[in-house]
Amino acid sequence: MSAEAPTATTTADETRAVAPQQMSGGVMGKPRGRTATVIMLVLSLLWLFPVIWAVVNSFRDYNYTQANGYLSFGGWTMDNYTEAWERGSFGKYFLNSLYITVPAVVFTLLLASMVAFVLARFSFKFNLALLGFFLAANLLPPQALLIPVFRMFREIPLPTFMSDSGLMLNSYWGLILVNTAFQLGFCTFVLSNYMKTIPHEIYESAELDGASVWRQYWQLTMPLVRPALAALATLEVTWIYNEFFWATVLISDFSKLPITSGLNNLRGQFFTDTNLVAAGSVLVALPVLIVFFVLQKQFVSGLTLGSTKG
Amino acid sequence: MASAQTAPTTADTAAAAPPSRRRRLGGRDRLVVFAMVAVPFILVLWLVWLPALASVALSFGKWNGIGSTSNIEWVGFQNYRDIATIYPPFWPAVQHNLIWLVFLFILPTMLGLLLAVVLDREMKGSRFYQTSFYLPVVLSLALIGFIWQLFYSRDQGLINDVLGTQVDWYGDPDVNLWAVLVATAWRHTGYVMLLYLAGLKSVDASLREAAAVDGANEWKTFFQVVFPVMRPINLIVLVIVVIESLRAFDIVWVINKGRNGLELIAALVSQNVIGEATRYGFGSALAVIMMVISSVFITIYLRIVFKEDRA
Repeated sequence: MSAEAPTATTTADETRAVAPQQMSGGVMGKPRGRTATVIMLVLSLLWLFPVIWAVVNSFRDYNYTQANGYLSFGGWTMDNYTEAWERGSFGKYFLNSLYITVPAVVFTLLLASMVAFVLARFSFKFNLALLGFFLAANLLPPQALLIPVFRMFREIPLPTFMSDSGLMLNSYWGLILVNTAFQLGFCTFVLSNYMKTIPHEIYESAELDGASVWRQYWQLTMPLVRPALAALATLEVTWIYNEFFWATVLISDFSKLPITSGLNNLRGQFFTDTNLVAAGSVLVALPVLIVFFVLQKQFVSGLTLGSTKG
Repeated sequence: MASAQTAPTTADTAAAAPPSRRRRLGGRDRLVVFAMVAVPFILVLWLVWLPALASVALSFGKWNGIGSTSNIEWVGFQNYRDIATIYPPFWPAVQHNLIWLVFLFILPTMLGLLLAVVLDREMKGSRFYQTSFYLPVVLSLALIGFIWQLFYSRDQGLINDVLGTQVDWYGDPDVNLWAVLVATAWRHTGYVMLLYLAGLKSVDASLREAAAVDGANEWKTFFQVVFPVMRPINLIVLVIVVIESLRAFDIVWVINKGRNGLELIAALVSQNVIGEATRYGFGSALAVIMMVISSVFITIYLRIVFKEDRA
């Protein structure tokens, strides 16, 4: 990005000497700072409120809230969770999510890193076109491809040990492949930008040592891009776990749905009891919230890696 | 991209080294490079680009999906004509997608930018504020539709409880689009804020300081110095908002499968495939309309990205 304007350099040094502690955005004056703090505090509490409300009410007894209204206090219980878990067969849905998310993330990162490596390591004439091929695919609306993919998966047989439906449709494999294909563009883009920052001399000396292209990729480049891989893995786990559309249309056998799409089937059973909805929502949100709080730095840097480079 | 293959030295060193610096790849290496590109390439070709082309082809035919492709009755542009003239949900869907887009722009996108500008400063608790704004970004829109049921439910929702009203916020076609948009904005704001925070960090501090020394006030500094410098980010946010509005699907599908006031183009496509009627040609024509609109913005996006790449 061409962010630095050439005119600014001399004066900048002077001001920096005067106010060395100054951060990028500058400090605010006192009265305005106070107003801003109050507004920010109110807004951020407003933003947290839906989550807090869901958590609080997930621990409340339905009959109690029905009798006293939601603005009351009391009726604490854990029953909503046990009931939601059993009635919604959450155990099964979570396992399905696991079966789909883990392989899809591994495949995506593996394939994307291979393309990214070739794009960064060599300067073929088709490099830019290749990047465009992957990146544009990432941005197409998935609904635009639904009908051919759906029909094709209905025709592709799979051995029964891979899919008990005997078809690509209604199988974890179909979903894993579709997710992988769709996420490749973004990951390839981020990884190739990252890999381009690796000095080329490293490869030259590796070549002199007789390292094959595969060894250069696997033993040289991959360890060096670990931070980017970690950030992308965090992001992709969240995205694929949250993926709703493909699972909804490609899997009609409810027992194979991942949790995010499984929500849709719980709707009818749950919607008469808001506290049960709350407990179910908290359960579904739990994995991503854990990822968010534990790996927040990776998550944020992964998201922004794509928009600003490296 | 840096021209990677220029030789830094001419020193002909050890005998083991290949004679030419611009060494060609050996047979095995060439095969490996080919495979590294070919496998992902074929996957994306098979599951994205070929289906995209197939959608275009199918949009000119009538097919209920039964039997082989030879059962397709080719009808030319009839599907498109039918969509525009005798398919009642189409124009409402277009209108809703447009409202979606305009709303996302005016409220959450602007708010996200504003939050980013304020939080970019040195401020006590900035991290806490940031965290609470982008917390919803990790939740899926399907789940968000679920969570907001706690506010919107007619009998048990908080809003009706507080206001003493009896509105079915998700069910009433006069209000449900707006209810859904508010829930969507809850997530979208944090996302935009995140993108702009990253963009602002990349703006050179000296630029701002120079403007301050020149006597520009903060307002002027932002609009005349900082904002123009962030042009690439602005464009990327623009493209993201357009594409998100066009793709919007999850939240309305989880509420009522995109009916009764919540029609969206993406939901109509799905209704024609996994709904009661399977009309592949008709659904494909809807899909192609989506594809055409998005391709304009994909082109813009690729141009920004590649321009930066070359710089």
